[in-house]
Amino acid sequence: MTEQIALHHVTKRFTTKTLGTITAVNDFNLSVEEGECFSFLGPSGCGKTTTLRMIAGFEDLSEGSIDLCGRTVSDKTQNLYIPPENRGLGMVFQAFAVWPHMNIYENVAFPLEIKKIDRTQIKKRVTEALKHTSLSGMEEVYPDELSGGQQQRIALARAIVTNPKVMLLDEPLSNLDPKLRETMRFEIKELQKKFNFTIIFVTHDQSEAMAISDRMMVCDMGNIVQIDTPTNLYTKPINQFVHSFLGQSTFLHVVIENGRIYPKGAMNQEISLPLPEKYDKEMIIATRPNAIDINREKGFRSKVESRIFLTGSTEYLVRVGEQLLQVQTPHRIVFAPGEECYINIVEPMWYPEDKDDADEERQKRQLV
Amino acid sequence: MRRKVPSDLAALEGKSFDLDKAMTIVSFILLFVIVVIPVFMIIYNAFFYDGKFDLALFESVIVDKENISAMWHTVIIAFAVTVFGTIVGLFYAWLLGRSDIPCKGIMRALFVIPYMFPPFFGAMAWDMLFSARGGYVNEWLMTTFHLAAAPVDVNSIGGIIFVEVSYYFPFVFMQVVSALERMDPTLEESARIAGASQGTVIRRITIPLVTPAISAGALLILISSLAHFGVPSILGFSKNIYTLPTMIYAFISRSGGSFEGIRQGAALSILLVVVVAIALVMQKVILSHGSYDIIKGKSMRPTLIKLRGAKYPLLLLSIFTLVFIVIVPLVMIFLEAMVKAYGLPLIFANFTFDNYKSILTSQTTLDSIRNSMFLSITAGIICMFLGVMIAYVVNKIKPKGKEVLEILSVLPYSIPGTVLAIGVILSWSGTLGINLYNTLWIILVAYMARYLSFSMKSASAALQQVHPSLEEAARACGASHTEALKDITLPLIRPAMVSGFFLIFLPAMRELTTSVLLYGPYTRTLGVQIYSLRDAGMIPQASALASIAIGIIIICNAVVTWITKDRKGV
Repeated sequence: MTEQIALHHVTKRFTTKTLGTITAVNDFNLSVEEGECFSFLGPSGCGKTTTLRMIAGFEDLSEGSIDLCGRTVSDKTQNLYIPPENRGLGMVFQAFAVWPHMNIYENVAFPLEIKKIDRTQIKKRVTEALKHTSLSGMEEVYPDELSGGQQQRIALARAIVTNPKVMLLDEPLSNLDPKLRETMRFEIKELQKKFNFTIIFVTHDQSEAMAISDRMMVCDMGNIVQIDTPTNLYTKPINQFVHSFLGQSTFLHVVIENGRIYPKGAMNQEISLPLPEKYDKEMIIATRPNAIDINREKGFRSKVESRIFLTGSTEYLVRVGEQLLQVQTPHRIVFAPGEECYINIVEPMWYPEDKDDADEERQKRQLV
Repeated sequence: MRRKVPSDLAALEGKSFDLDKAMTIVSFILLFVIVVIPVFMIIYNAFFYDGKFDLALFESVIVDKENISAMWHTVIIAFAVTVFGTIVGLFYAWLLGRSDIPCKGIMRALFVIPYMFPPFFGAMAWDMLFSARGGYVNEWLMTTFHLAAAPVDVNSIGGIIFVEVSYYFPFVFMQVVSALERMDPTLEESARIAGASQGTVIRRITIPLVTPAISAGALLILISSLAHFGVPSILGFSKNIYTLPTMIYAFISRSGGSFEGIRQGAALSILLVVVVAIALVMQKVILSHGSYDIIKGKSMRPTLIKLRGAKYPLLLLSIFTLVFIVIVPLVMIFLEAMVKAYGLPLIFANFTFDNYKSILTSQTTLDSIRNSMFLSITAGIICMFLGVMIAYVVNKIKPKGKEVLEILSVLPYSIPGTVLAIGVILSWSGTLGINLYNTLWIILVAYMARYLSFSMKSASAALQQVHPSLEEAARACGASHTEALKDITLPLIRPAMVSGFFLIFLPAMRELTTSVLLYGPYTRTLGVQIYSLRDAGMIPQASALASIAIGIIIICNAVVTWITKDRKGV
């Protein structure tokens, strides 16, 4: 496998009137292999879209360099910048960006026309692209007569018609309804198999990213937090942020004294878990609600506070000292509110107590 | 679908006095009196004589050579103004909306200044500078280069076109700037990704997408220029260049207000109305298809196009344009206002404040300022309430025939001011039993007809934002229909009412076209007084009064900006 996209020390700073200089992207280094589907995942303001736009060439870098298919397209040290039209990319936008004054055929043919390809060849390739996106026979239709899903198909057809090596997808599914989203996700993967392009997929939807990606990058507040496969990100999140961003999480604040673990604020009952390799006095145990065993015989004694019947499982809020823990079980396991119970945390992850000014910083960034 | 909540509830209550019904009836009656009667009177008087259908007058007007040439001039001027105005407006809209040219904010503010002032001020200024007989610049060029004749003559079709372009291009400029700003930038970005260069994107994507905005602005220029009176009358009369509006004025003033003259004017008006109507039909056809939904997606600042080397030359060009079309005429009026007599060189020794002293001690002038103030404020307040009432009837009550109501309230805006004035004269000078001729009231009626659509549109837009559930909630809390209207709906649209008032007050303060046909010995308005001072050859005095008018307009605009900046405080 060869490296198709490489970012070296890419940094982007914006200067705003209200907030001064903000580092939207801070020293990003990453390498994407040929044929890979790589996702940028994170809350809004984390730098994922800015990074994509720098790869596309819509934003200049403040520092660093970018290589595309073995060619340097942006390099701050050499003052090199290749404009978007010469980078040979395909791109699909969140708001479809299908030109309303052109019909479907004209929309899809546009990239080929610009390349001055001859008419019969254009016709052949447009027809093929439309076939792959289930738009055959709609050549004469104007976009405003179509649904969001069909408009996004036009955008896809327009992106694949030039047969690009790299496809940039900027939240392409966020404007579609949930059912359609799943179908389109599948179609994108099918197209990738057929045309064998590399995908950069930007999204804030973790389940979407998990389903489509070979590898993903989670970023937060302009920094790369973790790059890994979906499975590893889910099972071995590097910190509390990644843990809570991917899937459901429930957290228990604990105090460790003389090698024994107690729930914070309720030092009378010990939690029997192996200690982590490194720990402070105060730690956080993170786990998934469905990875907590709840029974009537053994474990940490606690009390069921409330019960909610969900479609796939029953969810209990279980009191541990002053804290409430979210527990999900199959429907056949039934506890009544107020009942005594025992819980065992099966796959705990240990994180240090977080300093809690991160949320404020995130909100501030969303305003920019 | 929006439900007809108030009237349904009222029907359920089965009240004998129904506020909604009363408002509906009053709206119909008022629009009938203000709009239908004058329009009807023009048509009637052009085609009927002594109660009999008579085409003789109309035919004689149509075949008249002078009239045909006036029509020809009107069309040529309007066409040229539209083409050049659109080009200028488009160019600067793109420059300020999409390029990285510096000083955007201030330039944008300056570019809409021509919009604030009446074009005939500009015509006066350019006449002083480039008149073939004694224009300052012409004189200077002739003495410096020993020329036999004046090199430039602003008293020409070309001169009229130039001055009108400098006042009307903001129509296209403002429309296109806002379209460019609201346009989803990814529409352009996806074309870049597809391999199109910056120039191709502008040509193939940007321009086609803002075409609806361009044509909307261009047609606004076309219609305004067709009906325009001030510039062609100031620049054209001395050289016998007439357009239809100025021809109508000439007819009426020549005949000294006799009925025959007014009838001829009415017949000529029909001609003007036909020309404008053709333009309006074009507008309908062009605007009905081709309005795209280009406002989508996340709001993101559009990528600005780097002008690189062209940046400073283009900045220089913009500054030059601004100075030429905005600053020069204004400065000229202020300078001329200070000079002892027209034609004297503009040097310090010739300056005096006597012009100001003389106009500020003249009773006619002071009356004209008072009249304009009274008319603008009264028309503004009355139209503000009428506009809200009609908008409420059209948008919330929705009686049968609401379309008629809507059309009637917007119709006068499309009728040229000259034509409207003749309709008002024909209606309210005794023929129908009410004689308002030579009083302020006849001007007030004309202003109301002319400006009602402004406040009605502004109130309509606001009312559409007030969801029916807000009034329903008030009713559920125990408020009556009247209370809900008074305590919920009206406060919510109050900002729109205030801006509706200023939308009328500001243009009414500088109005010339209708007032110049309607004024009597004691009912001159500010615009009329400036116009007649100039007509009587008292150019420095006219300039002095114009400079006072400019001051008033600037102060009023500042007040409006200050008030509308923080709408909650209104």
